[in-house]
Amino acid sequence: MLVYLGKRLVYTIPIVIGVSIVCFMLVHIAPGDPLVSVLPPDASEQLKIQMMAAYGFDRPYYEQFFKWCLRAIQGDLGTSIATGRSVTGEVLNAVRNTLLLAVVATFIGFFFGLLFGFVAGYFRNSAIDKIASILSVIGVSVPHYWLGMVLVIVFAAQLNWLPPTGAGPGGSSEWRPDWAHIRHLILPAVTMSVIPMGIVARTIRALVADILSQDFVPALRAKGLSELGIFGHVVKNAAPTALAVMGLQLGYLLGGSILIETVFSWPGTGFLLNAAIFQRDLPLLQGTILVLALFFVMLNLIVDVVQTAIDPRIQRS
Amino acid sequence: MLTAPPLVDIQDLKVTFTGGPKPICAVNGVDLALERGETLAILGESGSGKSVTLRALLRLNPEKRTKVDGRIAVGGEDVLALKPRELQAFRGRTVSMIFQEPALALDPVYTLGHQIAETIVKHNGGSYADAKAKALDLFERVRIPSPERRLENYPHEMSGGMRQRAMIALALACNPKVLLADEPTTALDATVQIQILLLIRELQREFGIAVIFVTHDIGVAVEVADRVAVMYGGRIVETGPIRDIIRRPRHPYTIGLLKSRAHDAMAKGTRLDAIPGSPPDLANLPPGCSFAPRCKLGTPACTEAVPEPVAVGEGHEARCFRTDQTAAA
Ligand SMILES: Nc1ncnc2c1ncn2[C@@H]1O[C@H](COP(=O)(O)OP(=O)(O)OP(=O)(O)O)[C@@H](O)[C@H]1O
Ligand SMILES: [Mg+2]
Repeated sequence: MLVYLGKRLVYTIPIVIGVSIVCFMLVHIAPGDPLVSVLPPDASEQLKIQMMAAYGFDRPYYEQFFKWCLRAIQGDLGTSIATGRSVTGEVLNAVRNTLLLAVVATFIGFFFGLLFGFVAGYFRNSAIDKIASILSVIGVSVPHYWLGMVLVIVFAAQLNWLPPTGAGPGGSSEWRPDWAHIRHLILPAVTMSVIPMGIVARTIRALVADILSQDFVPALRAKGLSELGIFGHVVKNAAPTALAVMGLQLGYLLGGSILIETVFSWPGTGFLLNAAIFQRDLPLLQGTILVLALFFVMLNLIVDVVQTAIDPRIQRS
Repeated sequence: MLTAPPLVDIQDLKVTFTGGPKPICAVNGVDLALERGETLAILGESGSGKSVTLRALLRLNPEKRTKVDGRIAVGGEDVLALKPRELQAFRGRTVSMIFQEPALALDPVYTLGHQIAETIVKHNGGSYADAKAKALDLFERVRIPSPERRLENYPHEMSGGMRQRAMIALALACNPKVLLADEPTTALDATVQIQILLLIRELQREFGIAVIFVTHDIGVAVEVADRVAVMYGGRIVETGPIRDIIRRPRHPYTIGLLKSRAHDAMAKGTRLDAIPGSPPDLANLPPGCSFAPRCKLGTPACTEAVPEPVAVGEGHEARCFRTDQTAAA
């Protein structure tokens, strides 16, 4: 197992290098002048060249890349062109908010996804199954920014129960575990939980139905296990696939929340990314994308390792 | 008569599957009695209701979609009246089962040791460690080499023959009175088949359990069984001591079965499917003898009523109107 872990870690190194190259290049390939947001529209050529040199944009790409990497390893992702603040600080703050939202949404989504999935898989073609299936199809197919807006209209504008936007009272982006902040979390988290709920429910339903149709289930019954004992076997059989799906969903939630964060003005990575793109803030954009991509790599690694640890059918070679 | 009731006593068992568009009458009045330590082989072609009969003994047919009539008693317990808890205690302890495909019947994500220990703890209580020790003992008795290591194996890490040995160890874990074996060697190589058969026979004597053995293979039946029941269309058409059935079969179906494989006498691995015609439609059974349409000796009377069992020898019965004819054959 340790050998496997070591190997798996070594394999991630080229992935990480590849990811950083792509992050770096992507931003440079994209059209637009990186300094347009800080320079006055009537700036002279002289000033432009000066600024380019100050940010290092006049150097060849490979040199910029190595410098960027070297500093990134030390935890320095440069300074934001738009705000002049440290990118690392901005990204970390945004990551904290996104993580909070993603984890709460994942919790809600997985809880109901697992519940609906297991119930539907156990009672296939019953009324409960049909209701759960309809809910999960809706969950997967409804655009979530639209759902977010509907929830805002109903619960914030009409009923006035919950705040429509922001992460805390008075637009604060520092999160604190008090009721005023939790209120802000509810609508975006519920909106965000709908997609993993639908996907997890559908996956688990199919998985449970498949496991229950296998021959070892009557064999377990034949040796006298209770239905609860058999349920334990079903769970352990479903666990590797379920974990893989849930890990991926968590990954999507961590990275793919631009729309929801924008709808709710949630100060997370998606929001930050959005701002960085519109302001052509190169260092901020590169830094945010890199951190998100590394998240994905790490999450994949964890899912793989956990899956291998709990599924004896996967060869550890 | 004051003789003790048989260990397994099945009377007029009928199993009908009601899930589909038409009810399927898979078992249509089976009577079976099995004494302590006796081995019965059930023979018959595919679809004759052998597996359904075995599953009925453990109530493994899907409860909601199955109608079961008749009486099943094992050791005096009325199986069809057991409450859920009693049924759990009954399964695996009074009656246990070996399945045809050990590769599919064992849970792939648990070690074999765990699957056996789990059963022992469930039925006998006690600690998991004691159960593990008992599992090791069982692995030795079914002669799995390096048993300590094998206990920690997952099913996919073993060969077919070893898996079936493990399955047998699992079935014997709680000292059952009756062992049901549904074609336990069909999925195995010929040489491994013989080893497994010998093992079952030996353990059956050692533990003194009664065995009901389903097979397509007369050679296998001869090897292990004291008595044979031949099934056709969900009924037992002939039953008797194995030697009598082989030497003097009296039901035309049994005669056909034996003839169809007469040239390679008693060779193993021959399937019983060489009689012309096809088996009856279980959703639409004829009113008379279900073999009549394929029978050379059939008369109009055969298609009107189901024949009752006729005694044709000591403990030897055939459900046929024309046993006078078959005696000569
Ligand atoms: N759960 C079920 N629902 C509906 N029909 C069933 C079910 N189980 C079995 N049957 C039907 O009952 C009939 C008898 O099946 P059974 O499995 O007992 O045959 P068998 O004698 O064991 O045959 P084989 O030698 O192929 O195993 C078959 O026609 C089968 O299709
Ligand atoms: Mg069968």
